[in-house]
Amino acid sequence: MMKINLKVWRQKNAMSKGKLVDYELKNIDPHMSFLEMMDTLNESLILRGETPIEFDHDCREGICGSCGMMINGQAHGPVAGLTVCQLHMREFKDEATIYIEPFRAKAFPIKRDLRIDRSAFDRIVQSGGFISVSTGQAVEANTLLITHETAESAFDSAACIGCGACVATCKNSSAALFTSAKIAHLVKLPQGKKEATKRVLNMVRQMDIEGFGHCSNTEACEVKCPQNISILNIARMNWEFNKTGGVLR
Amino acid sequence: MMVDAKIPEGPLEKKWSKYKAAAKLINPANRKKLKVIVVGTGLAGSSAAASLAELGYHVSSFCFQDSARRAHSVAAQGGVNAAKNYQNDGDSVYRMFYDTIKGGDFRSREANVYRLAECSLNLIDQAVAQGVPFAREYGGYLSNRSFGGVQVSRTFYARGQSGQQLLLGAYQALMRQVSLGKVNLYARHEMLDLVLIDGKAKGIIVRNLDDGKIERFAADAVVMATGGFGKIYYLSTLAMGCNASAIWRAHKRGAFMACPSWIQFHPTCLSQAGDYQSKLTLMSESLRNDGRIWVPKLNNESRAANDIPESERDYYLERKYPSFGNLAPRDISSRAAKERIDAGLGVGVLKNAVYLDFSKAIKEQGKHKIEEKYGNLFSMYKKITDDDAYQEPMRISPAAHFSMGGLWVDYELMTTIPGLFAIGEANFADHGANRLGANSLLQASVDGYFIIPYTIANYLSGELKNKKADISNSEFALIETEVSDRLKTLINIRGNKSSDYFHKKLGKLLYHQCGLSRSAKGLMEAIEEIKQYTEEFYQDLRVSGSVNEINAELEKAARVADYLEMANLMCYDALSREESCGAHFREEYQTSEGEALRNDEKFCYVSAWEWSKVNAKPILHKEPLVFEFMKPSVRSYR
Amino acid sequence: MPAKLAFLQSTLGRKNLMALTGLFLCLFLVIHLLGNLQLLMPKEEAMINYNSYSALLAGNTFIKIISYVLYFVLLSHALDAFWIIIKNRKSTIKYAYDDRKRASKWYSRNMWFLGTVLLLFLVIHFKDFWYIYKFGSLPYDQNGHKDLYTIVVNAFESGWYVCIYVVSMLALGYHLLHGFKSAVRTLGLYHPRYAKYVNTFGVIYSYTITIGFSMIPLYVYFKQFIP
Repeated sequence: MMKINLKVWRQKNAMSKGKLVDYELKNIDPHMSFLEMMDTLNESLILRGETPIEFDHDCREGICGSCGMMINGQAHGPVAGLTVCQLHMREFKDEATIYIEPFRAKAFPIKRDLRIDRSAFDRIVQSGGFISVSTGQAVEANTLLITHETAESAFDSAACIGCGACVATCKNSSAALFTSAKIAHLVKLPQGKKEATKRVLNMVRQMDIEGFGHCSNTEACEVKCPQNISILNIARMNWEFNKTGGVLR
Repeated sequence: MMVDAKIPEGPLEKKWSKYKAAAKLINPANRKKLKVIVVGTGLAGSSAAASLAELGYHVSSFCFQDSARRAHSVAAQGGVNAAKNYQNDGDSVYRMFYDTIKGGDFRSREANVYRLAECSLNLIDQAVAQGVPFAREYGGYLSNRSFGGVQVSRTFYARGQSGQQLLLGAYQALMRQVSLGKVNLYARHEMLDLVLIDGKAKGIIVRNLDDGKIERFAADAVVMATGGFGKIYYLSTLAMGCNASAIWRAHKRGAFMACPSWIQFHPTCLSQAGDYQSKLTLMSESLRNDGRIWVPKLNNESRAANDIPESERDYYLERKYPSFGNLAPRDISSRAAKERIDAGLGVGVLKNAVYLDFSKAIKEQGKHKIEEKYGNLFSMYKKITDDDAYQEPMRISPAAHFSMGGLWVDYELMTTIPGLFAIGEANFADHGANRLGANSLLQASVDGYFIIPYTIANYLSGELKNKKADISNSEFALIETEVSDRLKTLINIRGNKSSDYFHKKLGKLLYHQCGLSRSAKGLMEAIEEIKQYTEEFYQDLRVSGSVNEINAELEKAARVADYLEMANLMCYDALSREESCGAHFREEYQTSEGEALRNDEKFCYVSAWEWSKVNAKPILHKEPLVFEFMKPSVRSYR
Repeated sequence: MPAKLAFLQSTLGRKNLMALTGLFLCLFLVIHLLGNLQLLMPKEEAMINYNSYSALLAGNTFIKIISYVLYFVLLSHALDAFWIIIKNRKSTIKYAYDDRKRASKWYSRNMWFLGTVLLLFLVIHFKDFWYIYKFGSLPYDQNGHKDLYTIVVNAFESGWYVCIYVVSMLALGYHLLHGFKSAVRTLGLYHPRYAKYVNTFGVIYSYTITIGFSMIPLYVYFKQFIP
């Protein structure tokens, strides 16, 4: 069993000023997941008559992209290739002090405590992250041959779960990895090439409108991405963008 | 009372085309005048909302998650079935129909299942066109793998993220419609009640989870795509937010609930490690293609898995079911595992698991091939357990997974409330008493893309001339007040126990009495205990905060309140069905070999339950299952 | 908004400007280094060659145009950086506890700092050599060219000056180590194999430029002690 000290960001709403609040937890099983530790804390807060900590979470198996926190100053915590829900307490030392903050970026306003608004990502996809095919229009699937390598490479880009760790860990709060992964996924496939120009211009424009910063290629996003999305997706986005000359047609 | 599924007459393979040919259409100009509410943005909800918007309807789409892309369809790993017969291994629409009916233990409708198999062909085309990166052979053709309960390879997959990729396809289609202004999307909005006007579904009451405000939405039809309720067991493979509230509210407003106790326990999940645990992660069933399941032959085995010699391992699925082996259907595999674990042969610290071994496959195919097929599953296993499954076998156990039961729907996917449709896992339709692997993504998509667009038009064409529902209607006000009162009640209890406490307690009770196996005695006890739990819940619950703010505890408490009522119904459902079929295993009804004993004479029907009142016996209606084209047989996988 | 302007105003457009100007400067550095290598020749030879080379650069109209382009590029690079920094500041919110540095190299996060060091260095560099050559009064060598060589050698024989110079070259080295790779990415080189080659090239290039430029003052400095 472990004893841990938590410093958790508490903030009532988007407007109010937040602060770190101290909590002490005893009897933490090292096999607990990080969110189960948070559940335990919340349970004790409820029984003490305090307001539990709000945080985003859902599937708890690293695929829905809901959860995300800065743990000890790192997106999704100290272990690479994980979401918070897959992080386990065995990664921390007994008596450790753990800082927990929300993902921060101007484009991700805080709703309450650790809960943030990531709807900017949805709007980026709305601006062009799709193939314009309506139900019923599709041709027989095997008429479209796609090599094994191409399909695998497209999958690598498509694996993004939209958690926002890339933005949170970026010193500029850039959404380049998220945006580029979708652009790359679709442009790698023959069915996605038709709209490539429009897509890249619109998605980049939306990314800028949302107020994300520039990509400085520091590669921090790739390092902290739970799906190991490659930074080369960003280069692909740049290539597709530059090919168009940036002229909106 | 008998319920009528309105199955079209005629030969099996012509039913759907006949229906489509005869269904009423609505001209494009008129579609613009019709509003449709779609609750849920999983594979069924997103595909329905997008497809309906493409047709020109005004669609409002709701989800409780912060983005439509996060619905729990993302978690489906294995793949999606389609009778394309690309492998030339004897597959066909009929074969798929046959497998699904048999897999469902002859407790599903022939017409629905045939339609599912028929539409599976289009789904793959649709998904590929949307850019879903399905696995491909080196020549560029689509690749397939086999799945539990069938002898052909008809499963299309995208590594271990088939659900995520299919959902992203549907989500992107939905986002496209949002950008075109055809869909109004309301994320972080939870449906709390259904509004009926003149007996027809005309709107919903939702709570904006970001500010706590209760809001009204009116429409000409409501589509429920709210997924499954396996989370009722607390420990399950489902997401924390998955709930029964939307369908339960619809049920209490008059929609019948069909076979709610038919819950599939998935055989390949990570086993529980402690009381604090919040979920049991699923490892895709596709692992069973290459993994071999075994337990030690000796009780009190203390050696590490790799130290146990071949001769002292019991590959019990291969032993008991030689023709299907490790690919035996889910209900059978789960029950076999439970049987071994209960016999004291379980492995792991809590002795609650069985081994899933890849050593043979790695030896035969090479590590890289296994890595390519299941790489992300192996790494997920490592992340959670800290063990390397390339080196030693995985430890797995069964966990609550999929609800075959749900809102009763007819052939048009309409519930017993006119204008209220239920699609995807939220309904009871195609899977019977047990769902085959890779059929859930299929059903959700087919319902959303290919069925609801036709059947909803058939209903809505009759609504064109009727007066439009308006949120100023007194029914809306009435139900909104009920909803607010209900939430206030929960907050005002101010007891000493959190909703999780009750949820865990209820889950444990159901797992033991209404889980992998059930008995009349246990179920009757459970019904009594649920009464006590409910009483305790309304006396001792503590919900912090208020209604008018972000309040996850309130959301949870409201869901648990509904689960308590639903649990009562589940137990009555299981109690009334005095036979064993699929996931429903009654201890009193089994063969001498311990296999499920179905009773086609007395129970060849769907139980459609009508709400009566809290903690009381619900009212049973029957929909007889008529097998015109297939003869119910003993479902043997030996 | 006119399309061309839209291109420049987008985050990607801005970064392209950064990348193109940066790569142009990289090219210039190579030429500059090649010219400076003449300083490593024996004294007599070096003086004649270096001074005539300098005179050639100063007198040629074509070179003059190039040099104006160079000033413009340098200024654009710096101003664009300034613009990008402002925009990035607007996009971010500070963490109360920040340990994000573990996920990236320090020099990739501090290009602005390295760039500022280089800018300060350039001020010194221009003042001591370029300004004096252009506007100061210089002695002439035997060929009648301005004797820049002696000025340079005199400067490099002072210890603190060599220190500033070498430290600045280190800053340049790190700036290039990230800058070159980043620029190529920004322009869109995405193929994993070529990206790897270019990365390797970038590392070799950065080392060469840093060592090359540092070697000259060190060589001159230490040579004065050898009789």
